[in-house]
Amino acid sequence: MALLQISEPGQSTAPHQHRLAAGIDLGTTNSLVASVRSGEAATLPDEQGRHLLPSVVRYLEDGNVVVGHEARAAEAEDPLNTISSVKRLMGRGIADVVHTGARLPYEFIDVDSAVPKIHTVAGDVSAIEVSAEILKALRQRAERTLGGELEGVVITVPAYFDDAQRQATRDAARLAGLKVLRLLNEPTAAAVAYGLDRSDGGVIAVYDLGGGTFDVSILRLNRGVFEVLATGGDTALGGDDMDRAIAEWIMRQAGIADDSGHHQMRRLMRDARAAKETLTSQDSASLDIELEDGSHWQGELTREQFDELIEPLIRKTVSTTRRTLRDAGVDVDEVNEVVMVGGSTRVPRVREAIGDFFGRVPHTEIDPDKVVAIGAALQADVLVGNKPEDEMLLLDVIPLSLGIETMGGLVEKIIPRNTTIPVARAQDFTTYKDGQTAMSIHVLQGEREMVDDCRSLGRFTLRGIPPMVAGAARIRVTFQVDADGLLSVTAEEQTSGVQASIEIKPSYGLTDTEIESMLRDSMEHAREDMEARRLAEQRVEADRVLEALTAALAEDGDRFLSVDERDDIESEMDRLADLRANGTVEQIKEGIRSLEKVCAGYVERRMNTSIRDAMSGRNVEEFE
Amino acid sequence: MGNGLTSDYFELFGIEPRFDIDTAELSRRYRQLQQTVHPDRYANATDQERRLSMQQATRINEAYQTLKDPVARARYLLELAGEDPEGGQGSIQSPEFLMQQMEMREALAEARDQADPLAVVGDILDQVALRIRETTSRLEACFQGTHIDVDAARDLIGKLQFLYKLRSEAEQLEADLEDELL
Repeated sequence: MALLQISEPGQSTAPHQHRLAAGIDLGTTNSLVASVRSGEAATLPDEQGRHLLPSVVRYLEDGNVVVGHEARAAEAEDPLNTISSVKRLMGRGIADVVHTGARLPYEFIDVDSAVPKIHTVAGDVSAIEVSAEILKALRQRAERTLGGELEGVVITVPAYFDDAQRQATRDAARLAGLKVLRLLNEPTAAAVAYGLDRSDGGVIAVYDLGGGTFDVSILRLNRGVFEVLATGGDTALGGDDMDRAIAEWIMRQAGIADDSGHHQMRRLMRDARAAKETLTSQDSASLDIELEDGSHWQGELTREQFDELIEPLIRKTVSTTRRTLRDAGVDVDEVNEVVMVGGSTRVPRVREAIGDFFGRVPHTEIDPDKVVAIGAALQADVLVGNKPEDEMLLLDVIPLSLGIETMGGLVEKIIPRNTTIPVARAQDFTTYKDGQTAMSIHVLQGEREMVDDCRSLGRFTLRGIPPMVAGAARIRVTFQVDADGLLSVTAEEQTSGVQASIEIKPSYGLTDTEIESMLRDSMEHAREDMEARRLAEQRVEADRVLEALTAALAEDGDRFLSVDERDDIESEMDRLADLRANGTVEQIKEGIRSLEKVCAGYVERRMNTSIRDAMSGRNVEEFE
Repeated sequence: MGNGLTSDYFELFGIEPRFDIDTAELSRRYRQLQQTVHPDRYANATDQERRLSMQQATRINEAYQTLKDPVARARYLLELAGEDPEGGQGSIQSPEFLMQQMEMREALAEARDQADPLAVVGDILDQVALRIRETTSRLEACFQGTHIDVDAARDLIGKLQFLYKLRSEAEQLEADLEDELL
């Protein structure tokens, strides 16, 4: 262990300060926040020592918001104003949600809009705003525990989350005032939590069986680089199905009718769940069911019977796992490590079946409810810059194919699923009528051939195409997906030299203006405070730019720049420093832009050199 | 001025432009390049650096996908040599190849009505995998150092594209069948 250094007061010997960062598992039922402290990643408890925060938000008449245990306790008494499982609504229209079979007791308005709202006593709220409340509660918990403002967070999302759902998650974080360093796939986070990024490498399978979702991912690890090879899953399969299987068994045994009252059914599900939990450590569970007429039915469910009840469910997960392995181009015996995530992997039969399938004992040492948040915290610590020597890198894939609508309601795929991101792909299209000056572009995500079976991400229209005969125009549609899996689409007419292009943010997301106005609404303070906040943010950005450039110039300014070039850059830097001290938000923005312009060539030369150096096996420092 | 965006994919990876490349070495270099440019390395950098890093990481992914897959790699080599890789579409006129394709497609279409449809689809997948291996090794023979047998390569690329399509249809059917059985 390294010796502690003691410095003179006021003279820090630390090369850089420890930056505060956290990992957040924003779950359907519960959420957690974790952070790395003294080299150890752990989830952070609330003041009562509870780690899990129920993902439940209650809106009160006076405009106050209650999040967590207290909100969950009020669910039965105030169902219309108490929102739970909001993750299922993220990036979804009403129709999508009804389609998945989720029951929604809330009062929806704007049902036809891409961002429907829920009516509460405190006003109408979107899923993004509800999630932002959960994130704010976690942020407060982290900042109180860590004693300072968070510089950045990593938020986990299911690997199968589509673009709309990722965008919605990112918007919620912005609304909660959090800087998102990365959206991380939950299974990848789990592998990181087990420190598999430090092992010798190989293929890792992550099997994640939660309450209502199943998710399997195949990762390859090599010298600190995680590559997600393929992901698969089922958004409507999980522990709840096990509870249902037990409940149905009880109904058959006790002669309870299918059309029993709501109250009876809810109690049955609760008893079924308790039996399942007992059976994780016991060989049998005794049941005592109160029937509607007040009499009791007593019985016993053995582990063996339970295993039989859930066998079809497990077989289904195994078959999805097999398919995902094939997508990844990997044989089952090539898998070196198996990681179990999600509360339902506590069921012994699940562990056994998955162990048998892979022919090895799965990792279960870390609490399967906490493992994702812990991995996210480790990644946040690296990304925020606390471990500059750490070589961990996560390469992700997109979980679903992206395409656009063509003639006859068919989908033309432009980027197939399981493509490594970031990625950009372009495809050319043409006009079908003489003199056509506009073209409507419909962006879709999914595997099926028909538009109606895929998820619509948004539509936009390219205007200003010069009139030509049909088939003469060449419209290039480019999809760019960034490292978080977020999509932007551009369309451009190529032949005429006149380029019309438009960039869309798909229609389900919030525009920057909307986010700003929501932020403004949620601020109790006046407009001046909002301005002050924007100014403070812009100053931080200016500092970031100046610091990065100063460090770069000290490192290799002489190597890449002529004296004149360097003078130009330095005088722009002085100008920005001056604007930062005395200018308005807009002036600082402009100062950053013009500094970026003068040093564009330099920044590019640096990066290209680092690429060449990487290939010739040398580091930039070795040139000195 | 050296610009990483204009060099070809082989140059980017620092390997010789040929068909029989060492794919393990390719993967190693790919990871090394991503270690250098990936946006996660720039999570705290300026917007300008982040944009540039995303462009570079995107290009490296594209290059890797192209060089890793035999068909994409063969097409890319033809393009580098100034040849149109699409020229081969019309030349797939070998009656023997078309016959094979038709037989396998028919078997696939009838698989559902067989006693054990999954086994039938499994057999077809094995056959397709075998043909893909054979055809790929014949494709390799078309690239001898700097000399390329362009016509033969185009023809084999066309055949491989057929086989890839058949494979993905068979896999889709297998997935559908598995879902139905559960």
